[in-house]
Amino acid sequence: MDFAFTEEQEMLRDQVRSWLAAECPAERVAELGESKAGWDESSWPKMAELGWTGLSIPEEHGGAGMGFLDEAVVFEELGYRLYPGPYLSTVALAVPALQAAPDVLVAVAEGRARATLAAAEAEPSGSRGAGLGDGDDPTTSAERDGDAWTITGIKEPVVDLQLATHVVVSAATTEGVGLWLVEPSPDAVTPLETVDSTRRLGRLNLEAHPATALIEPGGARATLGHIRRRIDAALALEAVGVAQRVLELARDYASERTQFDKPIGSFQAVSHQIADIYMGTELARSLAYWAAWSVAESQADAKRAAAAARSMATGVAVSACEASIQVHGGIGFTWEHVLHRYYKRALGNAAFNGSPATGRATVAASLLDQ
Amino acid sequence: MDFHDTPDEAAFRKELRAWISDNLPDGWRESAPTSGRMDESVSREWSKRLYDAGYAGLTWPKEYGGQDAPYTHQAIFLEESARAETPEHIGVIGLGMAGPTIIAHGTDEQKSAHLSKILSGEEVWCQGFSEPGSGSDLASLRTRAEDAGDNYVVTGQKVWSSFAHIADYCILVVRTDPSAAKHKGITYLLVDMHADGVEVRPLVQVTGDPEFNEIFFNDVKVPKTNVVGEANEGWGVAMTTLLHERGTLGFALTARLEVLVAKLIVLVKETGAHDDLLIRDRVAQQWIELQALKFTNYRALTTLMRTGVPGPEGSIAKLHWSESNQRLGKLALEILGHRAQLDGDDGVWSGYWQYQQLRSRGNTIEAGTSEILRNIIAERVLGLPRSR
Repeated sequence: MDFAFTEEQEMLRDQVRSWLAAECPAERVAELGESKAGWDESSWPKMAELGWTGLSIPEEHGGAGMGFLDEAVVFEELGYRLYPGPYLSTVALAVPALQAAPDVLVAVAEGRARATLAAAEAEPSGSRGAGLGDGDDPTTSAERDGDAWTITGIKEPVVDLQLATHVVVSAATTEGVGLWLVEPSPDAVTPLETVDSTRRLGRLNLEAHPATALIEPGGARATLGHIRRRIDAALALEAVGVAQRVLELARDYASERTQFDKPIGSFQAVSHQIADIYMGTELARSLAYWAAWSVAESQADAKRAAAAARSMATGVAVSACEASIQVHGGIGFTWEHVLHRYYKRALGNAAFNGSPATGRATVAASLLDQ
Repeated sequence: MDFHDTPDEAAFRKELRAWISDNLPDGWRESAPTSGRMDESVSREWSKRLYDAGYAGLTWPKEYGGQDAPYTHQAIFLEESARAETPEHIGVIGLGMAGPTIIAHGTDEQKSAHLSKILSGEEVWCQGFSEPGSGSDLASLRTRAEDAGDNYVVTGQKVWSSFAHIADYCILVVRTDPSAAKHKGITYLLVDMHADGVEVRPLVQVTGDPEFNEIFFNDVKVPKTNVVGEANEGWGVAMTTLLHERGTLGFALTARLEVLVAKLIVLVKETGAHDDLLIRDRVAQQWIELQALKFTNYRALTTLMRTGVPGPEGSIAKLHWSESNQRLGKLALEILGHRAQLDGDDGVWSGYWQYQQLRSRGNTIEAGTSEILRNIIAERVLGLPRSR
């Protein structure tokens, strides 16, 4: 039993942390959040240069040939700094499906491509527009046209759609559900208004749009399941980063702010709320790291571990932000303060592909339905 | 990172499982566990067997009768014992609190007099810390010890003392210098519970069990050779005891909760409540919280193994466990509906859940109230300004 990251992973953490402190301070996040593009495109080749976009891409395709546990470190740190960019979408959602498109993997590792997954639909046959559930069959359809394919259908919400160069699309044929690669034409992409301005969502409207097959019809289920485990664990990790940051903000503010001639952190009504943020964050961290390991090592329990971690950690991050806002008082409720941006990211993570209750439903099924 | 047992840990676990299964008292498993009951004679016998097999004091130094084993073995021992619902070791206080304190601060005479007897269960220990007027504010204690040459003479009252009714010794904190500041002037003593002037009265708690006691000391002579550490320096020694109380607790508590969650799942299926979406959601939440606790303990253990000091993560184990355990008890009773009021022989599972739920109310009070634990996290872990 050993619950520690390796020395290399800790070095990676330090590297990501200090890079983000310089590239992505709170003011920059605010500026990017209010910009049209929503991110700084020049950050992507830099991250690729540092080796982060290709961490789990095999070396023969230009990656580092490492694993999900290494990526886990990056997800957490990106959450901590609220990095606005398509890392979660490219790495957690798209890379598993891109194994069949090695040239795109190379482009991702080199920072020339960004990718996402379009699985959710506005009117899904599955639950809550999730698109990654076990029985979620898309209404989007694929048609063979000689050697080529075309896709027709509407996917939404698609994370980082307007930031991506490549989109993995799930679609149905008479032979079952498969995955295709689309390089969307500009008119196929509609940005959607979002609560969290640091993570953009879009609508992908495909009308007989050309596509290349990644996973043959009937074979998508396993890949989508794998992606679901990755995204659940990644959301949990990012949520831990968010919770850690708002914990620090609450702690620092409560230590400095004085009322009744005392720092407000000396009042137990305040300090106990902060202690609870700490407790929730550490519990969530333990689950998130366990889930990351389970996914990295393809453990039999990985689906449940990731669902459990996602459920608790995304819930904890929301509560942590709420408590941190409360501890900050009026200033924490202003647009000017960074807290609302963390809160909105936390809400977005909790809502992704369902809600914390979705994760608990997965856990309950594994405990009670056998 | 690797959550599998190492080959050494796996071998230890396998051997221990086999040993427990071979050594559990006849009929122990079948008898309905209606309480956290302690059958004194069974516990004494169990303690002796553990000692003879080398499972008592796993992490204690060999020279004091321990095994010098890594903390992971102790963690595995606690997990497996809880899973098998073995009897309690009679020396819970001795093993978890008195022993480690004597190892850290005791004299050679104290070590050779007590440590191996604590391990074998020959000596049962109790704790004399809390008083009627001193709970969370332990340093306000008033039990006093007068200097009488080679002895102290102790007078006062202690309370909430588990095992005191069968104990041979007590770890006792007393005031030896009333003129000194609150945290000064306290001395840590090892007191013979069979000495003249010691009187023990059981306290019945909400479950109806007399799990703990009041202890009255009326002019009890305690030789000065029984002082642990220096006279008037007992506060620091007492902190060692509390550190060990909270430090070793996490694994045992979490393993017990694991047993309860497994039983809860049986109850849910048995009662058909698994069709109820709200119940499903709450059962899943209990299971998730259990995993969070378990892996937080593992994380704290890794820190301990790597650095020799427990990580700050450990401070949340008891706090979160107590709250999760309380929620679980209430959930079980809600599942039972109107049958939740039926107890004992008329109750479902002979009143098992009724006992668990009532007993759990003590969890947020004993071994540090939740309020004190939140203060500790706020002030010592997070460095927030002191509240008092």
